[in-house]
Amino acid sequence: MSNAAAVERVVGRACVLRGDDIDTDRIIPARYLRAITFEGLGEHAFEDDRKQAKGDHPLDQERFAGSSILIVGYNFGCGSSREHAPQALRRWGFRAFVGGSFGEIFFGNCGANGLPCAAVSPEDLARLMDLVELDPQQEIVLDIEARTLTSRAGTMRVAIPEGARHQLLEGTWNATAVLLDAGPAIEAAAARLPYVAGFAAPPTHLPRS
Amino acid sequence: MAPTAGTPSGRTLFDKVWDAHSVRELPNGQTQLFIGLHLIHEVTSPQAFAMLHDMGLPVRFPGRTFATVDHIIPTDSQLRPLSDSIAEAMMSELERNCRTHGIRFFDPASGHQGIVHVIGPELGLTQPGMTIACGDSHTSTHGAFGAVAFGIGTSQVRDVLATQCLTMSRPRVRRIEVAGKLAPGVYAKDVILSIIRHLGVQGGVGFAYEYAGSVFEAMTLEERMTVCNMSIEGGARCGYVNPDETTFAYLHGREFAPKGEAWNRALAWWRTMASEPGAHYADRVSLDGAGMGPTVTWGINPGQSVGVDERLPMLRELPDEERAAVEEALLYMDLRPGQPILGTKIDVAFIGSCTNGRISDLREAARVARRGRVNPGVRALVVPGSHAVARQAEAEGLDEIFRAAGFQWREPGCSMCLAMNPDKLIGREMCASSSNRNFKGRQGSPTGRTLLMSPAMVAAAALHGRVVDARELL
Repeated sequence: MSNAAAVERVVGRACVLRGDDIDTDRIIPARYLRAITFEGLGEHAFEDDRKQAKGDHPLDQERFAGSSILIVGYNFGCGSSREHAPQALRRWGFRAFVGGSFGEIFFGNCGANGLPCAAVSPEDLARLMDLVELDPQQEIVLDIEARTLTSRAGTMRVAIPEGARHQLLEGTWNATAVLLDAGPAIEAAAARLPYVAGFAAPPTHLPRS
Repeated sequence: MAPTAGTPSGRTLFDKVWDAHSVRELPNGQTQLFIGLHLIHEVTSPQAFAMLHDMGLPVRFPGRTFATVDHIIPTDSQLRPLSDSIAEAMMSELERNCRTHGIRFFDPASGHQGIVHVIGPELGLTQPGMTIACGDSHTSTHGAFGAVAFGIGTSQVRDVLATQCLTMSRPRVRRIEVAGKLAPGVYAKDVILSIIRHLGVQGGVGFAYEYAGSVFEAMTLEERMTVCNMSIEGGARCGYVNPDETTFAYLHGREFAPKGEAWNRALAWWRTMASEPGAHYADRVSLDGAGMGPTVTWGINPGQSVGVDERLPMLRELPDEERAAVEEALLYMDLRPGQPILGTKIDVAFIGSCTNGRISDLREAARVARRGRVNPGVRALVVPGSHAVARQAEAEGLDEIFRAAGFQWREPGCSMCLAMNPDKLIGREMCASSSNRNFKGRQGSPTGRTLLMSPAMVAAAALHGRVVDARELL
């Protein structure tokens, strides 16, 4: 596996986006899914929310310009499976997400693009949001290996599920190569499933009963 | 999150399907899971094929992937070239990819085109005991057959095309029992909206939902699909119902269902895949189906709902941590705290989607539609979930009932559920919708508003121009 793909830490300034249950339709409205590539999505991230906030949306605030870590609430990225959501946020410039919790499909899509999603405790999340809003210029270090987030105010623990953490650290987040490594074990697994052959032969594998 | 598989003597359907499809444990602790059925559509697959091409890889099991076109297809005419040039380009790309890789494509000319989660089941592709994946969050629909089915992103579509496998972390299983019997005029849509209202839109994160109890035992497969479809709206990536005689009767004789001796072998295997009585669950929830009524959302996520005879929440009655979200929702929806949902004025009525675009949904909506005329202030659309649904509805004369009442009868597709085709809300329009998401901007206007409800309730709202209790019209 290519170590060039490894993601050990993300360092940069952060942007605070408050609110829970922010769905992927809001991150990238469906009209921008009318394309056969992910190109050009970045400028449309949160487009409708930004328009309605009339320049006051965190992504448009000068103090957060150029930030690479997005700090979010709970269930961020719920709803539609569109990978266009993390693709748009990555093209906007974000390299990591820190929040209360994440929609599961969004989490998987971030992982598949080498973008860490780290969860912090409710107390730490509230503190972190306040700290970054007070001092948005400070450098934040998200350390995947150590499972910590360090700001001027100190270091807090973050939770990253081991499967995703391992893929980031090993640079194996593009799973295709790992899955191909199984080789003929894939065909063997298929052969154990009676429906794969249309139940043409008596089942060779019955679950224990 | 530690996996909590049941003991061999008391495993859930989920445990059995997961174990049967496990290729190997991966170095990172996840499971390499074989995917029995892969469904693709025009929106989330083109980038996956491009990545496959860049990696120089073939499709590993082309016979286990099936394609259709649903999100972008216009519903006024499906004639080629499509009137929408971007839609035509996306459909052509899918055609080209399917041709290159030997994948079966159910296009309009095949007579089998429709919403991917409608055609998989009606063709008999969806079967008990399978793992099913699709680049679409409503893939949970297929769990109605006792399959483990979940939505994936485009990079994962690439993984399935290249390897027929995914890297997955095993979720925990929560059993949701709904006891009793639903009252007349209370539908599967009301059951799932009630479940999400009770458990919240985040409640299912990390869980697979097993739906059980007398309410589910009495449901048809189409009703079970409506519930499983919206599992993801409750945060659960997959939801399922154990297969039973209702499941087998639905599948019998369908195009891709096993035939003859193979059918008997299939039945024998399917019967072994259900959860056992002593199965272990990470969590159990019990709800009373008899107490459920027609349910309508008032906010900007599917958990923000009330019974049709209830009032919206009063801000002062809410815990501090919930108040801001409710205020934001009410502001967006332009609704007042404490107001009744009954009487809320609508501009558009949409009947369709992978949640409620099947023949039984159209029959229930038509029962209401034949009682009147669409209110002059309302634009009303009926979009069947597939060509098969449309043909059946037309054979039963439902299209005539809808047309006579002033509804537009359209061609099949996802349509105004997410408005990737020309069917969109305009400005601040309020839409009574049988779809699955009331997110801000979901139905195509950045400021458009959605009230989710059952198809019968949408039809009733269309006739009256406001939210009414459909039970009075049934």
